[in-house]
Amino acid sequence: MLALYIRDLRLNIRAGGGALVGILFFLAVIAVVPFGVGPDLNLLARIGPAILWIGALLAALLGLDRLFQADREDGSLDLLVMNGARQMLAFTVFVKCLAHWTASVLPLVVAAPLLGLFMNMEPVGIAAATLTLLVGTPAIAFIGAVGAAVAVALPRGGLLVSVLVLPLVIPVLIFGVSASYGAITEPDPFLPPFLMMTALTLFFAVLGPLAAALALRWSAD
Amino acid sequence: MRLVADNLAGERGGETIFSKVGFTLDPGGCLLVTGPNGAGKSTLLRVVAGLLPVAAGTVGLESGGERWPDPAAACHYLGHLNGMKVALTVEENLRFWQQFMGEMHLAVDAALDSVGLGEIGHLPFAYLSTGQKRRAAIARLLVSHRPVWLLDEPTAGLDTASEAQFAALMRAHLKEGGMIVAATHLPLAIEGAGELRMGGNV
Repeated sequence: MLALYIRDLRLNIRAGGGALVGILFFLAVIAVVPFGVGPDLNLLARIGPAILWIGALLAALLGLDRLFQADREDGSLDLLVMNGARQMLAFTVFVKCLAHWTASVLPLVVAAPLLGLFMNMEPVGIAAATLTLLVGTPAIAFIGAVGAAVAVALPRGGLLVSVLVLPLVIPVLIFGVSASYGAITEPDPFLPPFLMMTALTLFFAVLGPLAAALALRWSAD
Repeated sequence: MRLVADNLAGERGGETIFSKVGFTLDPGGCLLVTGPNGAGKSTLLRVVAGLLPVAAGTVGLESGGERWPDPAAACHYLGHLNGMKVALTVEENLRFWQQFMGEMHLAVDAALDSVGLGEIGHLPFAYLSTGQKRRAAIARLLVSHRPVWLLDEPTAGLDTASEAQFAALMRAHLKEGGMIVAATHLPLAIEGAGELRMGGNV
């Protein structure tokens, strides 16, 4: 399984930087917002966590459709599915999600503090937003795996994956943003929404790979 | 250990491609699946590999024990696609499959040598010619052990010398008690191979 993780990591880094595209998109979204809403620093600081989360969410959806499609196109997916007796297919999917997250989403989390400065956020707010992104974005990868598995046979499934996945990641977004707000606005609590989001991540870490494995097994042709 | 298919039928997209196909394969046995295009050769192999659902009948592995619980676990599948990543080197590809599939058989270097690619293991897979890519995919059959080889047009893209080399590898596999099911148009130079002719009921 470690071999699969390392292979996917290598492919993501070597095959033309999926991670870099995600960061550029993230940067573009965040950089455009201040021009759009105008130079009101208080307003920017207030919407900052939400914009960071939305940007990261959209950027994380970018490379998702290639999660299984690349393997399907060169025949590797058949071999991964066939090896299900030795390496449980759901676990294989889980490892692929982790590798995708490490290569394409973790860089977004790392870039988030810098982009938080664009939004005139205070240090505590930036730290909270980054922490919630770190804990919340794996859920996006795990939910996204289901969409990617369902659309694996479609040649232009990219947008479809995003549309399928988006409604399911809304709860993660809501709790992530409210936890980020909880850290900077006084009466709102930080811990309850943060723990809810952590629970969502853990829940989808199990359910996502299982559902994706089922979809992959039945989408073979 | 025996690979048994009984009254097997396969379908794609709700349409029956073949039906009432049966065969029994003992250790050391080789079955050549022949027939015109569209007769269902590839579909048969994918059904046996467990990649397509069985429409009717059964296919199973008798007395495989815990090590080989079902055909999918006991089979190497060499389809039209090579299952290799173009961005990785040949060695990296093979090493990954060896670690992922387990049941280590030959070392990566030795497997590459036996398909005549010993010199170019360090090259990215994308740089290889069609025949070399096919040979690298054949090397995948050697790095980890599976008793049954399911081969779909295994010699596509190979030159005459490589074909002979591959036939020798297949004979060696059979001699060790392996089994082979190969879908092919070309004679594969295996003595005593059974033939399953798929009818063109399209």
